[in-house]
Amino acid sequence: MAADGSLAGVALRRGAPNSLQRFARRRSSIALLMTTPLLVIIIGLVAYPAFYAIYLSMLNRRMTEFVGTLNYEILLESETFWMVAFQSCFFAITAVLLKALIGFWLAHMLHDIPDKGQRKWRGMLLVPWVIPPALSTLGWWWMFDPSYSSINWLLAVISVPEVPWLGHHWWARIAIIMVNVWIGAPFFMIMYLAALKSVPEQLYEAAAIDGATGFQRLRYVTLPMMANIISITVLFSLIVTFANYDIVRVLTNGGPRDLTHVFASYAFQVGILSGNIPRGAAVSLFMLPLLALCAFFVLRGVVRRNKEQM
Amino acid sequence: MAEVSLRKIVKAYEGDVQAVKGIDLEIADHEFCVLVGPSGCGKSTTLRMIAGLEEITSGEISIGGTVVNDIPPRDRDIAMVFQNYALYPHMSVYDNMAFGLLLRKFPKAEIDRRVKEAARILDITVLLDRKPKALSGGQRQRVAMGRAIVRDPKVFLFDEPLSNLDAKLRVQMRTEIKKVHQTVKTTTVYVTHDQVEAMTLADRVVVMNHGIIEQVGPPQELYHRPATRFVAGFIGSPAMNFIPARLENGAAALNLVLADGSVLPVPEDRTARYKPHAGRAVLLGLRPEHLTEPREGRGTYADIAIQPEVIEPMGMETLVHFHMGEARDLCARIDPTLSASPGAPLRLTADMAHMHLLDPESGRVV
Ligand SMILES: Nc1ncnc2c1ncn2[C@@H]1O[C@H](COP(=O)(O)OP(=O)(O)O)[C@@H](O)[C@H]1O
Ligand SMILES: [Mg+2]
Repeated sequence: MAADGSLAGVALRRGAPNSLQRFARRRSSIALLMTTPLLVIIIGLVAYPAFYAIYLSMLNRRMTEFVGTLNYEILLESETFWMVAFQSCFFAITAVLLKALIGFWLAHMLHDIPDKGQRKWRGMLLVPWVIPPALSTLGWWWMFDPSYSSINWLLAVISVPEVPWLGHHWWARIAIIMVNVWIGAPFFMIMYLAALKSVPEQLYEAAAIDGATGFQRLRYVTLPMMANIISITVLFSLIVTFANYDIVRVLTNGGPRDLTHVFASYAFQVGILSGNIPRGAAVSLFMLPLLALCAFFVLRGVVRRNKEQM
Repeated sequence: MAEVSLRKIVKAYEGDVQAVKGIDLEIADHEFCVLVGPSGCGKSTTLRMIAGLEEITSGEISIGGTVVNDIPPRDRDIAMVFQNYALYPHMSVYDNMAFGLLLRKFPKAEIDRRVKEAARILDITVLLDRKPKALSGGQRQRVAMGRAIVRDPKVFLFDEPLSNLDAKLRVQMRTEIKKVHQTVKTTTVYVTHDQVEAMTLADRVVVMNHGIIEQVGPPQELYHRPATRFVAGFIGSPAMNFIPARLENGAAALNLVLADGSVLPVPEDRTARYKPHAGRAVLLGLRPEHLTEPREGRGTYADIAIQPEVIEPMGMETLVHFHMGEARDLCARIDPTLSASPGAPLRLTADMAHMHLLDPESGRVV
């Protein structure tokens, strides 16, 4: 290996050394060359659209004039915008919490099933996650129909009064969360199941002998061992849920009275449907600092734990 | 501290696999008892049933006089050291050791006292703040033992605790474990597949094979008076030689006649014991240390001529590997100063006073 390398080096040095050869021989130039495809993709698909959006958000409605931060100022003074901000946070936090809890519970149930039966349950429980959300949301939309559909009919069977699912804004918010949880919980389930499987059985045995009850094993062994997966999954889901668009669009289209809009659906409403692209861009850019902050804290925790363990 | 007793213990896994086939064992208070046997013979299963990690199919286990069949591990007052240590990776060494006491609601000061004391015994005081990741194999092993010691349980259970260490560290930790047992004197059940570990550590060795107990006894007794062919072959390294022979009535005493016609005299004090087997095919069991270069002195010696196949100089002795007709993989131990070479005929002496006679059908030593 070493002999080969030095031989090649000698051969290169013997040839007439031009500047191109010298450039190609430097390690840093090779590194740059090899990362170029990735850099091109990141610049083209991430950096450029992001900066273009920032630029757009500083134009006037007809995109003829530069107006600085005017769009942001107008948004911050608008009552609807604050309602959207509240609804986005309420939706994302509640939905992610519920998804995490239900996913955790499902993962535990699955983990206790012997391997043979587990496959089939795992497959069935993943179904909501693999159906295209726009389609399944449409299905839910039918089921939420106040007079003709299944949910209210079932409620009637157990003599619960009719619920105006999509007619009242709080019920509509709950409906949106329900659908999002239904679609998203399997993702948490599968991640947590993988994490549960990676905890060595002997740690539980050691804890059982050390005197831990079932709950204490969960508290002192399972949760700390899963901490990284839990926080990464929550972060990932928080980003996706916060930026959710399709459920709101299909189920309520922001109504009633714009009270169920989240950032993404509101940005679409303002930017595309009402034709104010710069203001729409400004709306969507409000998500960035919130999520960045969140990502910073979560990833810091992950890095710290990684350094200490494993 | 307490005695442990196993009565007619059976463990069947699904699909009718019997891993443990009805064993009886009484382990005395303070005793260091080693379960030894080849891989898959049911040692771990037995130990895990004592720990309560494995359901008992039938039979009864009691610890300190209490039947524990239906008592969960946490209430059995035992501590266990696992082969891969099973330290909690997210806790410091101190917390790993304190965890069991914390769960049992010991006062903080008492926990601290016990952890520091165990750390002192095991010489890991400087490691208390580290995470398991930052420890070497031997250090992890000590922490795992510390976790057991601080609990001051009725019984220590070890499942192949040294198998993950390199040879040198293994010898060192072996001594360490023995030292700890001499200090704390807790009843100990120790599982290993290594007969050297078993011999050096145990007050009493339990040799297991295929889910049953072959023989129980102090190390010296197993070595000098094995009950079965399995024990005779398992205890001792290199293993005992088994040579097919016929037991025949000689002029004064009994003789063993080998396949090649050579005749080995049986010591006179064994005549009465072996008489009923005269005229039958038997197996002669002879340890390599009793198959040596020719010697002078009192006793019953017999000469054997062999052709060495492989010579292994070990320093303090030389091992000679050879075969005699049907009997393959035979081994002799000779003086390292003697010159021996593969293929060159060599004269050996069998010290018949240490012979064993086995019934080839039943595999029992007669
Ligand atoms: N969970 C299990 N299911 C089925 N068979 C098992 C299980 N655990 C162990 N066995 C079988 O029981 C026998 C004894 O295993 P074990 O006690 O682990 O042996 P060892 O003496 O090597 O510790 C082996 O033949 C093994 O294949
Ligand atoms: Mg084992």
